[in-house]
Amino acid sequence: MKIIYTDSLVIGAGLAGLRVAIACKKQGLDTQVLSLVPAKRSHSAAAQGGMQASLANTTKGQGDDEDVHFMDTVKGSDWGCDQEVARMFAHVAPKAVRQLASWGVPWSRIKKGPRQVVVNAEKVTIEEAEQAHGLINARDFGGTKKWRTCYSSDGTGHALLNTVDNKAIELGIPVHERVEALSLIHDGKRCHGAVVRDLISGELFAYIARATTVATGGYGRIYSVSTNAVICEGIGQAIALETGVAQLGNMEAVQFHPTAIVPVGILTTEGCRGDGGLLRDKDGYRFMPDYEPEKKELASRDVVSRRMTEHMRKGKGVDSPYGPHLWLDITLLGREHIEKNLREVKEICESFLGIDPAEEYIPVRPTQHYSMGGIKTNAKGMSPTLEGLFSVGEAACWDMHGFNRLGGNSLAETVVAGMIVGEYVAEFCHETDLIVDTGLIKTSVDKLQQEIDQLLESKAGENVFEIKEQMQQVMMNYVGIFRNGDELTKAVSELRDLLRRSRKIQLKCKKRHSNPELVEALRVRRMLKVALCVAKGARDRTESRGAHAREDFPERNDRDWLKRTLANWSAEGELEPELSYEALDIMKMEIPPGYRGYGINNAIHHSDTEKRLAEIEAIVKNLPENATREQKQAAIMAFDLPIDLGEPNQRADMTAINQQEAK
Amino acid sequence: MAKGRIVTFKIFRFDPQVDDKPRMVSYQLEEAPGMTVFIALNKIRAEQDPSLQFDFVCRAGICGSCAMVINGLPTLACRTLTSKFENPELTLMPLPGFELIGDLSVNTGKFMRELAERLALYLHPKNEDDNIHAVEQRIEPEEAEKVYELDRCVECGCCVSACATKQMRETFVGAVGMMKLSRFALDSRDARDDDDFYHVLGNQDGVFGCMSLLGCQDTCPKDLPHMEQIAYMRRKVAGIPIFNK
Repeated sequence: MKIIYTDSLVIGAGLAGLRVAIACKKQGLDTQVLSLVPAKRSHSAAAQGGMQASLANTTKGQGDDEDVHFMDTVKGSDWGCDQEVARMFAHVAPKAVRQLASWGVPWSRIKKGPRQVVVNAEKVTIEEAEQAHGLINARDFGGTKKWRTCYSSDGTGHALLNTVDNKAIELGIPVHERVEALSLIHDGKRCHGAVVRDLISGELFAYIARATTVATGGYGRIYSVSTNAVICEGIGQAIALETGVAQLGNMEAVQFHPTAIVPVGILTTEGCRGDGGLLRDKDGYRFMPDYEPEKKELASRDVVSRRMTEHMRKGKGVDSPYGPHLWLDITLLGREHIEKNLREVKEICESFLGIDPAEEYIPVRPTQHYSMGGIKTNAKGMSPTLEGLFSVGEAACWDMHGFNRLGGNSLAETVVAGMIVGEYVAEFCHETDLIVDTGLIKTSVDKLQQEIDQLLESKAGENVFEIKEQMQQVMMNYVGIFRNGDELTKAVSELRDLLRRSRKIQLKCKKRHSNPELVEALRVRRMLKVALCVAKGARDRTESRGAHAREDFPERNDRDWLKRTLANWSAEGELEPELSYEALDIMKMEIPPGYRGYGINNAIHHSDTEKRLAEIEAIVKNLPENATREQKQAAIMAFDLPIDLGEPNQRADMTAINQQEAK
Repeated sequence: MAKGRIVTFKIFRFDPQVDDKPRMVSYQLEEAPGMTVFIALNKIRAEQDPSLQFDFVCRAGICGSCAMVINGLPTLACRTLTSKFENPELTLMPLPGFELIGDLSVNTGKFMRELAERLALYLHPKNEDDNIHAVEQRIEPEEAEKVYELDRCVECGCCVSACATKQMRETFVGAVGMMKLSRFALDSRDARDDDDFYHVLGNQDGVFGCMSLLGCQDTCPKDLPHMEQIAYMRRKVAGIPIFNK
């Protein structure tokens, strides 16, 4: 048994994990990163569209600031988010974009003068200010008041991940590739590291650290069709859950992206619609304005996905061997725009569909895309129940997305949360000792060793690939875009059955080293636990909020459900998680629950909403008349940030354009 | 749905960790519409041989993990439709030029990290004290676009495995190394000058090792302009200065 000691252990080498590692390393801590794949292959690379930050450089971004970004994020979340976290996030996002620029990201820049764009299917000319020339550009995305999404063509995630990984290389941060963390080492109170399997040699290692950060991304692959990379299987969430101490939050909050290509589920960026692309049905008819006259194709993702499904249920979908789909029309953007700004989309259309999107429509349908739920953390990114365990990025329920994430806010979260939580991880490392309990380490390693031995020795049992496929089908069929009690009950019962079966797996390949079947077997049992948290959480949440849409409970019910679902796996032999709930306190909110601005306003209100609104009014009244925006905000809902990150964000002075416009 | 044709996959099998012999093993599958080599390999592993090793991450042509030699050409397996081959017989081999992990899986990650460390493939900023609270430095929009164009490399390794020089000369930086350096050479934020680049590129491991066979350009799945970049740098290294910034 090899033991490796470090200060800060980071599991996952995507943007969030690398950014935490950089924060720790910069503070002089020994830092090690673990990754299933080479860092630059992480799923962060697949983010096409961009990263939200209220720089307010462009004409269409004028007037943007942290307040507007915050409000969009809260509304987008359907009031399910932690408003303190959303505030921290909105404040640091501009710093993150600028820091990334200084590290080398080739952000698209603004060119002064007129440029043609497509807005609501019409070509319009907008004028960019002379003062804005050379500053970072932004495009339009769904659910945002201003054009706020900073981008590099449609390869933003790739550009960011390249740059951040290069920074990690520059700082000499070791990334141990092709290894998998399969359990956390803990004593019931504090996390001390992880048991890790080398995917090439099969060897087991114990990594012992002051702080352990899980940054393993989402759990999309519990569904059969997902835009997620094949490595996004939720193992990070599973190993946290399996401690029995750490909890998962809001696992039922699963986002479907409106425009993944049919049948394979590869994403075409929201930038397609942001840049002016339209959705059309089998008759070529643009249907979104009928459902959402105000925001049309650019309503929140959950709204657009549901409207598309509704429309297809009315028989307006295009028939295909893979079931109905709709069309995404970007032909009106013109070839030049597509080849420059939507180039990945073009490549995907050519390689997987054999079509030219400048000439033909793209077949799309809503597909599993993002995991709002994850390892429950506090605002500092640490598990409230297991000290020393941090989580960041999509793996976490830090909870700035609540029940629906806005496009451009996930890429932003990875880096922004990495910056903020990274500082808290480093602080924790400085303040706490490395605890080495060799007995505890041995027990943890032995346990995994026994699991592996048992799998390799079993003479009869289930086929791992079949169990996995069945799980993915159950999730797709019963825990999808529209949900109801009967189907969710069925899902929970079928997943329980699969979990039981997964305890008796028989492997055909008996190798101890690089054995893909063994890897699958170790994962599928863990994935099933995650799937059960999603299904049971969805079954018990008898309301509709954000991406969680119950046909039998269509109202957003603030009175009974303004709370976070917490999932615990109390004992190993259990077949489902225990759920408990944590209320979101309206009296601490900066924006009490209100109307999101889409669809029908059918929320069941909470009595505290009126109370809090009155309280806020009083707070504002008592402030001096010349109080600044920041002072007002602080009086209503103060929030903390690590030193340095709390400073105000400067914005370029565009007064001259406004004067020009006035003329 | 109509029955598809039967496709034969002849796959290289070898496990370097045991006393094993390299061999080719054939598997057969019924072709379905839209079937890619990614879909086929996963189906073969799930239904016929769970020991088969290969790598995929994004399965969308974005991450570069699944490069392999398909019918003699290094390419990305995830976006190779089986229907594109008239003859329903596909030969799959691992990329040469990298450490073999097993079957079709090679250790490109290790190679790329070592290359990045050796060539210092990260921005060396002119301006070290960047204030993240203040308005960012301006950059000409055309420059940002050009840098992005060269920054699109996915480190798949196709260029390395298609390069004759690299096969003969272990220490050659390959097209990937030159492309990445030229990306920084073009970036006005980078402090390195002609001399700095000359030291790493002005030799047999750099531009003078290149035989201009252009396997790199032919196989690059991102259509990066390797030929143009290498020719440009070579011309500049032969004379002085190397780069006009």
